[in-house]
Amino acid sequence: MTTLPQSTHKKLGLAIDLDICVGCHACVINCKEWNTSNYGAPLSDQDAYGAEPVGTFLNRIHTFEVKAADKPAQTVHFPKSCLHCDDAPCVTVCPTGASYKRADDGIVLVNESDCIGCGLCAWACPYGARELDAAEGVMKKCTLCVDRIYNENLPEIDREPACVRTCPANARHFGDYADPDSNVSRMAAERGAVPLFPEQGTSPVNRYLPPRPKADIQTDGDIDILAPFLDTSGNGNTASGTSSTSAKGLLGWLDKALEAI
Amino acid sequence: MHPAPSVIVFTALSGLGFGLLAFLGVNVPDVTGMTAFIFFFIAYALAVGGLVASTFHLGNPQRALKAFTQWRSSWLSREGVFAVLSLCVMGIYAACLIFLDLRLPVVGIIGSILSLISVYCTSMIYGQLKTVPRWNQPLTPFLFLAYAQTGGALLSGQVYLAAGLMVLLMILQYAHWTIGDTRLAAAGGTIEAATGLGHLGKVRLLESPHSGTNYLLREMAYEVGRKHAVKLRVIALLLLGFLPCALLVLTAPGHLSALVAIVLHVAGVFAARWLFFAEAEHVQALYYDRHRAA
Repeated sequence: MTTLPQSTHKKLGLAIDLDICVGCHACVINCKEWNTSNYGAPLSDQDAYGAEPVGTFLNRIHTFEVKAADKPAQTVHFPKSCLHCDDAPCVTVCPTGASYKRADDGIVLVNESDCIGCGLCAWACPYGARELDAAEGVMKKCTLCVDRIYNENLPEIDREPACVRTCPANARHFGDYADPDSNVSRMAAERGAVPLFPEQGTSPVNRYLPPRPKADIQTDGDIDILAPFLDTSGNGNTASGTSSTSAKGLLGWLDKALEAI
Repeated sequence: MHPAPSVIVFTALSGLGFGLLAFLGVNVPDVTGMTAFIFFFIAYALAVGGLVASTFHLGNPQRALKAFTQWRSSWLSREGVFAVLSLCVMGIYAACLIFLDLRLPVVGIIGSILSLISVYCTSMIYGQLKTVPRWNQPLTPFLFLAYAQTGGALLSGQVYLAAGLMVLLMILQYAHWTIGDTRLAAAGGTIEAATGLGHLGKVRLLESPHSGTNYLLREMAYEVGRKHAVKLRVIALLLLGFLPCALLVLTAPGHLSALVAIVLHVAGVFAARWLFFAEAEHVQALYYDRHRAA
């Protein structure tokens, strides 16, 4: 049933510390490894060793530069995966009942044998947390490693999501937000964590712990000491230009024809 | 958003088909027998053709029947349910009209209403999405209904009604574009809001999560064609309204002028529907530093 539960007994989720994440992508790799070889359809790659590799991932790390006018720029590595929202729009749009939120622990899952691969849930998610697998034609998303956290075949220390278990910097934490004394609830409260993109009204369970304020850095000369010797012109602002926006074929012809009008 | 041909064909053709069915159900035009058969054949070909096209973009179309189950919460499911309901009810009405020369006005009116509800459900698949602010505006369902009714009036041969509806449609489409242009900003659509890092300063993407492309960028960060948006909007308005409207009003009514008007209008519908998808900004692309205000 794709209606959401009124409330969930537990609210399992992640706390992600943006102050600590070093952007090593180890969580991305361990997530892919665990989730491609365990529950559900594997996370396929296409053209993996070719010129234009693409693949399905459940966890992706963006790296942002944040710059206040009077301060040096700051780098923030930003891991992004499903936030297991209380008001998950991806669940209610599902026409088949494949997407659901569990009433007992709040995990949002996809029943792959019911998924028709229409992609509407991915459209409904503001965070880009769902990806349609090109090989299987079903929607893939973070399961909060549901096949690890309750898995009694694993040593107790491993019963947490693969991304949390592998993080070498301890930037990712797993716990129950319904319990105000849990590790994640206390961290979120101490660090003033806020829900991501609240304008979208999704009530996410996961919390991001914001970067701590930086100590003031003297900028009057000492960190720019090499600047006069470095030619940095013309290559500073191309970070977002990662994919081509020029069209080929019929669209390319249309593009040229419209340019000529 | 990626303007996939299957969804453009689906929304455009099924809209025209259900628009025509809505007219046929209230006895416009007043036809029976073979003439009625031709009208209903066109309507069913468009409506069913559109619905079949919509299954082409599914990853697992063999499970499509499951999409009829979640009508309590899902507009996509409701769309399927109402489409099948209206096709069944109109099927009974059409069979009686064509083969028995029997008119069942109540059945026809119910079929017309169901057809319009189907179009409304289609519009809400897009209109409900807060993640696509350009679609998430109150005019979206009115726009889809106006497209369906204009196409229905044109296909059912109601020359002056069609001309009048085209003027209304052009106004609605222009308003939808104009309001749509302001929606992303109104929804707080900035990289600072999306990341929650705005309190620390201006945010830009320093390094993408992946060197190549992916599903998210292909599906929800479509940028080709935006630069031509103004030209395409003018072309779409000329084709879907201005030219066929002038043709209908200024020439003597006849099959040839009607056919040319229909061809022009349908071409305009496709152009406008392509723009509906291609121009729509998805907020998840903000994390990729797309959709910056110029």
